[in-house]
Amino acid sequence: MSEQKNPLLSVRGVETYYGNIVALRGVDMDVHRGEIVTMIGANGAGKSTLMMTICGDPRARNGQIVYDGVDITQMPTHEIVSLGIAQSPEGRRIFPRMTVMENLQMGAALVDPEFFDEDLAKVFKLFPRLKERISQRGGTLSGGEQQMLAIARALMSRPKLLLLDEPSLGLAPLIVKQIFDAIRELNEKEGLTVFLVEQNAFHALKLAHRGYVMVNGNVTMSGTGAELLKKEEVRAAYLEGGRH
Amino acid sequence: MEYFVQQLINGLTLGSIYGLIAIGYTMVYGIIGMINFAHGDVFMIGAFIALAMFLILTTVFGFVFLPVVLLIVLIVAMIFTSAWGWTVERLAYRPLRGSFRLAPLITAIGMSIVLQNFVQITQGARVKPLPPQIQGGITLMEGGANSISVQLSYMQIIIILTTIVLMAGFTLLITRTSLGRAQRACEQDRKMAALLGINVDRTISLTFVMGAALAAVAGLMFLLLYGVIDFYIGFLAGVKAFTAAVLGGIGSLPGAMLGGLLIGLIEVFWSGYFSVEYKDVAAFSILAIVLIFLPSGLLGQPEVEKV
Ligand SMILES: Nc1ncnc2c1ncn2[C@@H]1O[C@H](COP(=O)(O)OP(=O)(O)O)[C@@H](O)[C@H]1O
Ligand SMILES: [Mg+2]
Repeated sequence: MSEQKNPLLSVRGVETYYGNIVALRGVDMDVHRGEIVTMIGANGAGKSTLMMTICGDPRARNGQIVYDGVDITQMPTHEIVSLGIAQSPEGRRIFPRMTVMENLQMGAALVDPEFFDEDLAKVFKLFPRLKERISQRGGTLSGGEQQMLAIARALMSRPKLLLLDEPSLGLAPLIVKQIFDAIRELNEKEGLTVFLVEQNAFHALKLAHRGYVMVNGNVTMSGTGAELLKKEEVRAAYLEGGRH
Repeated sequence: MEYFVQQLINGLTLGSIYGLIAIGYTMVYGIIGMINFAHGDVFMIGAFIALAMFLILTTVFGFVFLPVVLLIVLIVAMIFTSAWGWTVERLAYRPLRGSFRLAPLITAIGMSIVLQNFVQITQGARVKPLPPQIQGGITLMEGGANSISVQLSYMQIIIILTTIVLMAGFTLLITRTSLGRAQRACEQDRKMAALLGINVDRTISLTFVMGAALAAVAGLMFLLLYGVIDFYIGFLAGVKAFTAAVLGGIGSLPGAMLGGLLIGLIEVFWSGYFSVEYKDVAAFSILAIVLIFLPSGLLGQPEVEKV
């Protein structure tokens, strides 16, 4: 799959700064149509910064980001996502004083209302728990429910590329499994392309077709999920002692 | 008793005007966390534009049918104040977004001074009168030997009804429409709203425009109710409406309405039972007391924890 000519997303030499502090030091990576790609790395490596840079906030200082043939490096966030990118960001960012329903409606903000009921039924099928919570405020949901809602909200925009930032963070193993199963199902059944950022390297590499390793703002390794899982450096740094 | 009912009616009328202005404060605060100190002056230019438009229509064009005149006056005043609200946000606040918190507050005060001085220079410092346009009313209670009769003027009915309709419409807009949802989303998490495709800058601009349009309605009401305006009415009404917004819980729409009514009632009852001279002091004292003892206001939400 990595031989494909036109990646859906291509990141080239991207450098991102917070003020004078460098967070990404020239990142290169691709995501092809139909793939699940993961970026693993320790806390503070720059994974979330990469996710947000793809969406234009913060903006890359150098380098280029091309999505579906369009250079999105300098586009404002709301235009980038209107091209079919959806993100479930770090910390989930559920609107706390909106109901589950309203959060989902926000997800569908750019979509023709005619699809709403159909899409709603789809995400409820994926996460039946959300349906029970439909009129509950986002801020009162449990962590697992918020994560499901964040993914469901992203799906409501009918994305071609789904960006997931640490969906497993702080969740019980059973919920993590539910969420990862849902991601796999979306990819296999709907052909949804997924870019997943994780500290939980074991699960992420097992799920993903390909993976990258990020260290201190640089991509240091790449390969198929299975290859990376076997690498000694990966095992030592991200798996040993942390096996799930 | 009659006196009390009469003050109640007067208080609700005045409170309606404060409530309409307070919405502008509370919505702007909600969405960008800033007190728009130039908002009271938007109300003031709303009143001036209404007066100018009224005179142009009646004397230059010879319109006589009052409802049509008032409707045109209202629409024109709303258009001008909206344009002003939009411009102020664009020129004075947006470039400062992301800078330190006091910066837009300082430009807000600057915009307020600019507007006041502009009106003072072009219109003069003296009060501008408008003869009463809507007279008469209903007598609710006949006065007896030792009581006054209670009057509900048509003007008061119009003000209270218009306010009820506007607030109901506005509540629906905020709670039920996609625009209102986008506004609330920007209030709660601007970054996330942008990630969902919301044009945050445009949503903020629209918030200023809505607040300014409501202030124009309040300006016209004030003009018709009191019959005199000057360049300074925006300051006093602005501070009281701001107090109303804080009392109701800044950022809360129903809070602004409730706060407006309460401030109107307090001011009127204070003048009626204690002293007219100190009615402004009453409003300012309430502001101080609320800020000290009830900083999140009557209906304000304490910050919901984000997990
Ligand atoms: N808003 C910010 N302001 C300043 N520095 C930041 C900000 N967000 C992240 N950083 C810094 O950028 C680096 C990368 O952070 P991040 O992208 O969050 O890493 P990860 O998601 O891999 O844990 C870290 O050193 C972090 O401290
Ligand atoms: Mg992160």
